[in-house]
Formats: sequence, C-alpha cells, structure tokens
Amino acid sequence: MAKVAIIDYEMGNLFSVERACEHAGLDYFVTSDKKALLASDAAILPGVGAFCDAMASLNKFDLVSPIREFIASGKPFVGICLGMQLLMSESEEFGAHEGIGIFKGGVKKFTTLKTGNYKVPQVGWNSIYPPGGEIGLWRGGRSPLKSISAGEYMYFVHSFCCVPDDESLIHTLTKYEDVEYCSSVSAGNVFACQYHPEKSGVRGLEIYRQWANIINAGGQNE
Amino acid sequence: MAKNIRIIPRLDIKGPNLVKGIHLEGLRVLGNPEKFARYYYENGADELIYIDVVASLYNRNSLHDIISKAAREIFIPLTVGGGLRTIDDIKEVLRCGADKVSINTAAIKNPGLIKEAALKFGSSTIVVTIEAIKSSDGRYYAYTDNGREHTGVEVLEWAKKAEELGAGEILLTSVDREGTGSGYDIELVKMVAQAVAIPVIASGGPGKPEDIVGVIKDGRADAVAAASILHYGYVVSDGFSMEKHGEGNLEFIKNRKTFGLIKPSSLGEIKSALTANSIMCRQDFASTKGAA
Repeated sequence: MAKVAIIDYEMGNLFSVERACEHAGLDYFVTSDKKALLASDAAILPGVGAFCDAMASLNKFDLVSPIREFIASGKPFVGICLGMQLLMSESEEFGAHEGIGIFKGGVKKFTTLKTGNYKVPQVGWNSIYPPGGEIGLWRGGRSPLKSISAGEYMYFVHSFCCVPDDESLIHTLTKYEDVEYCSSVSAGNVFACQYHPEKSGVRGLEIYRQWANIINAGGQNE
Repeated sequence: MAKNIRIIPRLDIKGPNLVKGIHLEGLRVLGNPEKFARYYYENGADELIYIDVVASLYNRNSLHDIISKAAREIFIPLTVGGGLRTIDDIKEVLRCGADKVSINTAAIKNPGLIKEAALKFGSSTIVVTIEAIKSSDGRYYAYTDNGREHTGVEVLEWAKKAEELGAGEILLTSVDREGTGSGYDIELVKMVAQAVAIPVIASGGPGKPEDIVGVIKDGRADAVAAASILHYGYVVSDGFSMEKHGEGNLEFIKNRKTFGLIKPSSLGEIKSALTANSIMCRQDFASTKGAA
C-alpha cells in the first residue's frame, strides 16, 4: 500500500489532516525527515501561520530541496493552506520572501488585491468554482475535485492569496468581499488548495478520498 | 455583505453532560453532548464551540474525552474553551483535536498569554472570549468566570487590545441576554464588530431566527453562536428520543412547554431566514447527512 508522508515542520496542528487521511484509508505517517519524505509514495504539506516562519522552519529541517526533488519525481503531492502558498516563488507577507518556487507567482494580502473596509482574515465557508465555468474541464480530468460540484462550500482561514503567473494553473476560484482569487491549483502531480478539506465536512473528506484513489492508481492529477 | 456568515452551535459542557443555563447560571442538564454535536454536524453547523462551564481541573478529563471523540468523526472546526490558563492547557486541548481555543479569564489576568499563544499556535487558533455586562452607566464591562467576576475592564478597549495582541477572533457574549431568548445585544455587537478588523462571533440571547438576522444586519456580526434555540430545536425534532438521551434532567423537555421566549429552531430554519434576508451562508449542507 502506498505510504503517504504528512510533512511536519512545526507549523500547526496536524490532527485533522491525520484524521482525514485515516478516513480516506490512506497509510500515512508524520515526518520531518527528508529521507523518509523522499522514500514515501505521496506527500502532504499542511500548515498554518506566517510564510517567513514556515520557510525558516522548512530550512531548519532541510526540507526545501527535498520537497522540490519529491515533486520533480512526479509522485502525488498536496499542499494545503499555507502549504499551498509556500509552493509559490515569493510572498509579500511582512516583506518579500522566497518560497519553495514550484509555481511562478506571488502570495498577496487581500488588502493588496482590493483596498477597503472588510475583515481579514477570511474565516469561514466559501464556494469554489472552476475558471470560466467550464465544469467539464474540471470534472473530466483526474482531479481530487472530480466528484465536487461547482459552487461547493469549503472552509477557509487566510489573509493571503496565491496569484500564479500562469493562469492555466488555476483549478478553482473563490470570491471573498468581491475579491476573486485562486483557491486551488492543479498541475500534473501537484494539487494545492487554500481551503482546508479536512475541516470541510463530507465534501472535504471526498477530496481526500479522490486523492487516495489517484495515489493508489499511481497516477497523476490530470 | 459579500461573505458567508457562520452559524455556530455552542455546547456548554459540565462533566460529561451538555448543559444550559440563563445568564450563564442555573445550569440544566440536557443530555449527551456527542448526540447533539453529531446532529448539528449533519444538519449544517458551520463550526462547533465547546465551553467547559465548570472548568475545574477535576472535570477536565471528561472534556478531553468529549473533544477527542468529536474530533474523530466531526470534520468541521471545533473551538474549545473554559478554564484554559496556560500554554500547556492549550496544547493539551489542541492535541485532543480542537482546531481553536477560546480564552477569557486567563487572558484578562495575563494579556501576554494571547500574544504568546498566537505566536506559538498561530492567530487563527486563538479566540478571545469576552463576557460583557452592561453597567448602569451605560458602559459595557468584561467579566470572567462565567459572568461572575467583575474586572473593571471596558469591553471595547479590551477587544482592541486582544486584536493587537494577536487574537484571531472574538467570541462576544452578552451575559445579560444569555439564555433568555430576548435577542442578541445588538448595540454591544455593533460597537465591537465595527471597531476591530478580526471576525466577531455574537453570542447570547437568540430566541428566534429573526434575532439572528438582526444581529448580522444591524449588529454587523461576522458569525453567530447559538445554544438554547438550537438545543430545544433538536429536542423537539423527530430524530430526538428520550431513551438515547436519558442522562438529562428532561422533565421540562417532556412537557415541551417551558421554553419561555425561545422558539425552538433548526439550523435549516435559521439559514432559510438568513437567505430570505439576502444574507449569504453555506447552503448545500444536506449532503453532510449519513457522513462518516
């Protein structure tokens, strides 16, 4: 059975990610060790907190290059919340910071994308939908979102958003206070989402289940 | 308002039981919190809040058991509070599966705890609870220990300070309205919700779905917590059986006449009222039924 590494770099509580993996029947383990990561068949990069602290922590565990190597190997990889943002090339959070750099683009604060008097962070449920309303494109491929309908609600907690240079990476969009932003990206073996599927009820668990199917089939997202 | 408003059942816990009081006092046992939590999860709750209302160290283990169990089968955010005094207390409930913690008494006594906890666990994990009582001079003051201890701290000042120290959200309870069914204290909620940039969860007082609409429209609440209205709503629902919930002191439930101002309502009824008033909220929740 495929072994799934949940990467622990001391950024947040992994409890719900573990429970969701368990629920999806995944054979997971939690690790901070690069060798263990590289030896696994699939990996999850979770995380909540500040971008710069997270990069410092990944560097402390010497995980940045191994994550790049893991992704380059073509094995299924998922980034969640801060774990999605870290895959971008840079963030403007409290000054400019370099990310893991899987995707070219930035991580920008809501208030940079649209000024105005509204609450940041976004805390709560919001809809995800495919760009251009092309539900067929979304459902046709082997996406972890395969069985999720356009407009489905997921749980978000964030102040910053990913802005990939290549818009074709955008898998779903979400709108908060009239700011439309990229809420998940999908490219080959990498799927990453700003929302927390593990806190998004039955539909969120369904994403884990679909991802488990992809892993067990040894395949790619699309 | 271009965002979805969260409806959050609040479960007050004493020992192994779900309880409910008025003005945070006179607690009545309603039954097994697990059953209520499960019902709310399956019927569209956006999050759950658990508060250990006795919060003595002797009872802490039963709270941990309740949270550990819930976290295994309920996949929405769980906030846990009541008697958390130290970083280690917080760590312990997070380890049991809480996604967020709420702190009140300890934060007022030592505001540095908010900062320390926010740095350690992330702001989004830290909810500061404010128990507000309106004084005869018209000002709102923060209380601790379930509305029993006066602190002399003004609510608005304290809310701003909590935000500055790194709180991710504020759970704002009107002790005056709590458990009464007379509606939220809209003046209180509006005062705080407009003054801080972090989300404010209004708590205390809803007796009918219209009260919830009101605190969102007029009070600018970002989320609402509700207890009696939902608990009684479950109790009068078809799915509720006395046998399954036998631990409770349910005489008043049996005759189903003593809800006072409270009109028992379901999450679905509340969300329908929101939608009818053009308030956005998560809708497609029926699918949660039959969940793991």
